[in-house]
Amino acid sequence: MADRAEFAQQAMEFAPQLYSAALRMTLNRSDAEDLVQETFLRAYRGFGSFEDGTNLRAWLFRILTNTFINTYRAKQRRVQETDLADVEDLYLYKRIGSLERASQSAEETLFEMFTDDEVKAALEALPETFRLPVLLADVEEFSYKEIAEMLDIPIGTVMSRLHRGRKAMQKALIDYATERGIVTSPVDTESPAHG
Amino acid sequence: MADCNETLRELHAFLDGELTPETHEAIHHHLEGCMDCLQAFDFHAELKVVISQKCQSDEMPDGLMLKIEQCFGDEYLDGDPV
Repeated sequence: MADRAEFAQQAMEFAPQLYSAALRMTLNRSDAEDLVQETFLRAYRGFGSFEDGTNLRAWLFRILTNTFINTYRAKQRRVQETDLADVEDLYLYKRIGSLERASQSAEETLFEMFTDDEVKAALEALPETFRLPVLLADVEEFSYKEIAEMLDIPIGTVMSRLHRGRKAMQKALIDYATERGIVTSPVDTESPAHG
Repeated sequence: MADCNETLRELHAFLDGELTPETHEAIHHHLEGCMDCLQAFDFHAELKVVISQKCQSDEMPDGLMLKIEQCFGDEYLDGDPV
């Protein structure tokens, strides 16, 4: 990239995305602000190591993730992985898939079924070990390989954490839908597996 | 030719774009002829969009952009007079 000013300009376009991701990571506004600032500081200092023509967004998210892990992870209470809700595959689909399909009205699409706050809360409720892979895959749409590099774990571990994290998130979403009466108690809705 | 079980097992890898071209094609071929699997795939594709969009709707705090500019420091502000 030609110069630092141009780099800074381009990098700043990603600030809103980085701030949202920082919020999902740190779970509070003040830490998220600090994390984003620290990320830009490190990016600016490390500008020389950014290779022209590579993915600037992925590079910035890598710095964000590293900074979060090194700075904030130590502060957070370790959550037992066994606390993670474990449900069957296609859990959400089996409970609300037919509901959504049966209705033609816009109000009942999946998009309208959950509020922004509910989806954010479902993601934020995941222990960090699972929250980061789900955030990077489902929200930021990075590849398994990119996520493996960002988190410094093998691709197979990315896949297994995504698998468990996504299921736990679906369980949280069903709990919200149940609270609001969109679906009846999950216990009573054991529907046949598929189709 | 993939059956329903094989297809559903690859659901996430398919939607994440992580399958080899051969496997992707086999799954795609199955979906063309299987409404049950197609509906499950459609649902999860939509779910991914919902999660992505709803988790990116945060408003940046006032002043954060300014603080970020300040991260770039004097070098940035002084070094590139226009």
